Amino acid sequence: MNSIRSVLEGVGSTLILFMRSISHVGTLSRQKSRFIEQCYVIGYTTLPIVGILSFFVGSVLALQSGYSMQDFGTQQFIGALVGLSMVRELGPMMVAILLAGRVGSAITAELASMKVNQEVDALVTMNIPPAKILVLPRLAAVLMMMPVLTVISNLVGWFGGALVCKYTGFISVEPQQYFQALRHVVKFKDVIDGICKAEIFGFIVVLVCSSIGLSTRGGPREIGAAVTKAVVSSLVLILVLDYFVTKLLLAILS
Amino acid sequence: MFTQFSNSGESVGFRENKAVGVSIEHLSKSFNKLNVLKDFSLKVAPGEIFVLMGPSGSGKSVLLRHIIGLEMPDSGVVLINGKDALSEDIREHVRMALVFQAGALFNSLTVFDNLALYLREHRLGTEKQIKDKVMQALTLLSLEDAAKKYPSELSGGMKKRVAISRALVMEPQLLLYDEPTSELDPVSSAMIDEIIATLRDQYRVTTIVVSHDRDLAMSIADRVGILMNGNLIHIGTPESLKNPTDKRVSDFLYPKVDLNNPRFKKIIP
Ligand SMILES: Nc1ncnc2c1ncn2[C@@H]1O[C@H](COP(=O)(O)OP(=O)(O)O)[C@@H](O)[C@H]1O
Ligand SMILES: [Mg+2]
Repeated sequence: MNSIRSVLEGVGSTLILFMRSISHVGTLSRQKSRFIEQCYVIGYTTLPIVGILSFFVGSVLALQSGYSMQDFGTQQFIGALVGLSMVRELGPMMVAILLAGRVGSAITAELASMKVNQEVDALVTMNIPPAKILVLPRLAAVLMMMPVLTVISNLVGWFGGALVCKYTGFISVEPQQYFQALRHVVKFKDVIDGICKAEIFGFIVVLVCSSIGLSTRGGPREIGAAVTKAVVSSLVLILVLDYFVTKLLLAILS
Repeated sequence: MFTQFSNSGESVGFRENKAVGVSIEHLSKSFNKLNVLKDFSLKVAPGEIFVLMGPSGSGKSVLLRHIIGLEMPDSGVVLINGKDALSEDIREHVRMALVFQAGALFNSLTVFDNLALYLREHRLGTEKQIKDKVMQALTLLSLEDAAKKYPSELSGGMKKRVAISRALVMEPQLLLYDEPTSELDPVSSAMIDEIIATLRDQYRVTTIVVSHDRDLAMSIADRVGILMNGNLIHIGTPESLKNPTDKRVSDFLYPKVDLNNPRFKKIIP
């Protein structure tokens, strides 16, 4: 009973935070430096890890599907499979998961410590809405950076797959053939769908992590608890939402 | 520094304020089952220095948070110039500042930016004007050398002074201090006392100070109140504290150290 209540409270305060942040959207042009700083934090610091993981996800995808396809002799279509999986599913999903672990946790920790330290109260007494300067620039920055990160993730994943296909004995597909199959199947619409997904995930991760950070009460112990809660909530939300967003996007497609 | 402090008053660009009156009426507040304030009422006149004393945990900070609108009363109301402190009108038009007990400085910003944030966010002047104003406020509390430092690099006394100067750049009409001299050495405490009194004298800021500090109450208060068990058990001039008739007041203000009959043994059987 209590846990249902706290979930509902969490949803409520997240929605309120969303409305509050959006209501200040007009001030964004005056918050350029905060926006740019957040773009840097979100984009630049996540980029290396996104690159490395995307490379290996693309590789292992090629390896696994190459292994299953060799019985049917359909290796030449591997590029299509890797390409489409990366673009529609694994790219956005992985970027979102890394965002939750790398950026979301940091947002919650920072905002929770500001809350515990009464810095948030100080902002309120100064008539500066915390949503305006702490949350809005981050939301804007994540919307800006998610497409970039996703496209990079896709490209690196494709490339990883191509390398594996060329150098694995039982696959032996030349990059040219690999990318031909990829181009044949992956449409621009698929890329856009993937980016839409990434935008939704990224926005939700930042919003939820901010909200959990700002509702922290108590002392240092609660900061740790808040970070854990934020990351777990983000991951659950990403995976659950993924199903529904995919369904929605496929419905629009057909 | 204090000659500079008092002489520079005229040249300093802070406005003289229209001081505001505070009226707290039948305020009650509980947290879970804990009844912190019980039907609490108090009037503070414009330009007055009111010192609120009371044991730890008696609800002094909670009261300040109600006055500045950080906390919603369960019942009762805080009126600023006759209007509800939580109303839009008061939030927009009356400048109030709270000097938090722990400072609540923005740890990610330098001292300078801590002070400038309010002015920048509310677009109160060009960057040059803001810089002048911030440096003025810092100089007033001899903090000009700390401008580029981060809060973590400051001593306890400096943090308190930065917190006060951050409140000052808001040019508040109502200034609330939460235990401004706790954790400070006697000289720093005396300095803070002088700052509080001078600010009131020069800018007519209505001032409410929460403190356990008897010297502070005696030296700068116009009136003193003692909060205990959710209500004021005493209110009067600093003189009235010298020979209190109420036993609770004298026990609180002048506790006797009795080694033959220690207090903690009464609490821990
Ligand atoms: N947000 C809160 N939630 C629960 N209890 C609180 C909260 N704020 C204050 N309290 C409780 O109210 C009482 C008064 O606190 P406070 O006003 O901070 O005391 P003090 O007079 O020392 O400043 C304390 O027992 C404290 O535990
Ligand atoms: Mg307190």
